[in-house]
Amino acid sequence: MTDNKTIIRFENVTKKYDNDTVLNGVSFEIERGKFYTLLGPSGCGKTTILRLIAGFIEPSEGTISFNGKIINDVPADKRQVNTVFQDYALFPHLNVFENIAFGLRIKKMKNAAIAEKVMEALRFVNLNGYENREISEMSGGQRQRVAIARAIVNEPEILLLDEPLSALDLKLRTEMQYELRELQRRLGITFIFVTHDQEEALAMSDEIFVLNQGEIQQSGTPTDIYDEPINRFVADFIGESNIVPGRMIQDFQAEFAGKRFECVDQGFSPNEPVEIMIRPEDLEITSTELGDLLIKVDSQLFRGVHYEISGYDEAGNEWLVHSTKKAIVGESIGLRFDPEAIHVMRFGETEEEFDRRLEAYAGHEPDSSVPTPTVGGARND
Amino acid sequence: MTKTRNLYLIPYIAWMLLFVATPIILIVYDSFFDVEGHFTWGNFQKFLTPVYLRMTFNSFWYAFLITLFSLLVAYPTAYWLRRTKHKQLWLLLIIVPSWINLLLKTYAFIGLFGTYGFVNSFLDWVGIGTQQILFTDFSFVFVSVYIFIPFMILPIYNSLEEINPSLLYASRDLGASPWMTFRRVVFPLTLGGVKAGCQAVFIPALSLFMITRLIAGNRVVTLGTAIEQHFLVTQDWGMGSAIAVLLIIVMAVIMIATGNRGARNTIR
Repeated sequence: MTDNKTIIRFENVTKKYDNDTVLNGVSFEIERGKFYTLLGPSGCGKTTILRLIAGFIEPSEGTISFNGKIINDVPADKRQVNTVFQDYALFPHLNVFENIAFGLRIKKMKNAAIAEKVMEALRFVNLNGYENREISEMSGGQRQRVAIARAIVNEPEILLLDEPLSALDLKLRTEMQYELRELQRRLGITFIFVTHDQEEALAMSDEIFVLNQGEIQQSGTPTDIYDEPINRFVADFIGESNIVPGRMIQDFQAEFAGKRFECVDQGFSPNEPVEIMIRPEDLEITSTELGDLLIKVDSQLFRGVHYEISGYDEAGNEWLVHSTKKAIVGESIGLRFDPEAIHVMRFGETEEEFDRRLEAYAGHEPDSSVPTPTVGGARND
Repeated sequence: MTKTRNLYLIPYIAWMLLFVATPIILIVYDSFFDVEGHFTWGNFQKFLTPVYLRMTFNSFWYAFLITLFSLLVAYPTAYWLRRTKHKQLWLLLIIVPSWINLLLKTYAFIGLFGTYGFVNSFLDWVGIGTQQILFTDFSFVFVSVYIFIPFMILPIYNSLEEINPSLLYASRDLGASPWMTFRRVVFPLTLGGVKAGCQAVFIPALSLFMITRLIAGNRVVTLGTAIEQHFLVTQDWGMGSAIAVLLIIVMAVIMIATGNRGARNTIR
C-alpha cells in the first residue's frame, strides 16, 4: 500500500468477449470515500467496469488492485465490495429482514447481532417497521432501499450501484439522488455509481468518468466536465451544446461562423482547425445591432424555466439558445456571449494533452511541450 | 357475445360430461354392488382386509421409490441443462421419448433386460455372468423411472430457468460460495418445480399396471394391477370400482395438498 487514498486501481484493463472488445485498455484510480459516477451510453463499458470490481467477471488483460493488492482472480464472495443491482435482485423467497440478513447469515453471525445490524440498516434507509414484509408487498422505491440496506449492512469498503434509479419514476428518482448522496456522506465509504443519465451524474458525483466505446473519454469533477468537455462526444453527452467548426487564428483568437472572436484558449498552431462549443445558456439574446452573432429564429419551445430557441446564422450553423426572454419565430435576433463562454476543442486530443493545455491557461504560460497535431490546411467555412 | 362463447364451450362440456363425469359416476355407482348385482358396502369393507391394504402399501411404496429416483436423476440433469449451450436440442432429446407409446418402451426393455437381452450379454462378456433382471423390483422401478423422468425434468428445468440470474450474482456478492448460493437461493426457488414434478410422477405411478405385469411379472401387485384383474379376469366390477374410487379420492387429496403449497411458493 503505497498510496493510502487509492482503493481501486485499474491498469490497462481490457475485457473481450470472443472478438468483441467491451473495455479497451482502461486505467484509472478510485480514491477512498468519494462518490464516483461512471457515465456513458449503453454499451460503453460502464457496467463491465462495475462487474470487474464486483468480481463477477475477470479482465482479459491488465490488472485490478484493491488496497494495493492485485485481485484479478479473487472470486466475488471474497471481496469487500457490495452491489446494488439495477433490478435490485432481492430474494423473492425471503422477507425484508432475511434479505438484509443474507450476508450476515453467510458469515455465521449470532442471531442477536444479526437482528441488531438489520434493524440499524433498516433505520438507515428509513424503512423501520418493514422487516416482516414480503418483497412482493414492497413498492419500487422501497425495494430499492431494501437493496441498499442489504448491501451496506455488510460494511463494504466500496458500494457499487448499477443504474439503481432507472426503474423509478422521475420524482422518486430525484428524491433518491439526494438520499444516496446523503447516505454516502454519512457512511463515508466509496460509492461507484453507474448511469447513462447525465443530470444524475452531475447532481451526485465528486468525480465523473465519461465512457464511450470501451474507453474513458474524460474524468473530472462535474463542473470540470460540464465547463470544459474534451471533445464533441463529451460535450454532446453532457448537457446541451452548440458545436460548430472553426479555427484558431492565433492565441486568444478563434474564428467561426465567418467571424473572429476573442477567446481564452491558447496553445494551438496558427490556423489550426478546431471545434467550437458554446452552451445554450451562455448565449444571451440582444438586438441585432448589439449581437456578436445574428441568427434567424427557426423554432421556439417553452420549457418552463426557459425558452428553447433554435435558429441559423448566415453560415448555416444551427444555434440553440436557452433564454428567459422570448423571441419571435421568423425574425432575426442578436446573440451575445463572453470570451469565457467559447470552448475550443482540438481534434483527437488525449485526456493528458487536454489537461496539460488547460493547466497552461491557468498559469497563462503557453506550454511548448504540447505536441501539435499536423493537420494540413485551414478549413474554409 | 356470450351466446357465441357458449357455443364454443359445447365440445368441451360434452367431452367432460361423456368421458370424465359419466365414468366417475358409473364407477361410484358400480362400487356399491356385488357380483350378483345387489347393493352392498362389502366392497369397501373388503378393501380394509390385509390383502388390499398390502397392495395399497405396495402402490404407495413403489410410487414413492419411483418419485424419489426420478427426482435424484432429474434435478442434476435439469441443473446441468440450464447451463449447457444447446439447451433446446437437449431438451428435445429428453422430451422425444415421452412421445413414444408407453407399451412400446416397456416391450423394448423386455428385449434389453431379458435372459438373452443386450444387458445380460454385456454382463456375460464382462464376466459377471447372466443375471435375472426382468421380473424383479429393480427392473420395475428402473423402467418406471425411465418413463417418468421427462415429467420430472421439465417442471424443475422451468423453475430453474425462471430464476433471475442477478439473484445468483447478488448471492455471490453478499459472500455466499457457489454451494451456499445453491443451498440458500437456487434450491428454495426451485421447490415449486420440484413439487410439481413429484406430483406429475407420484400420482400416475400410483396406478401403474401394465409395467407391473410386463416388467415385474406380477411380482409387484399394486392397486392398478388389482383394478385391471377385477375388471378383466375375475369380472368383479364392484370391487374394481371400489378400489378405483378410493384411488381417485387419494389422488385428489394429494393434488389439493401439494397444489396449494406450490401455489403459495410461486407467489412468494
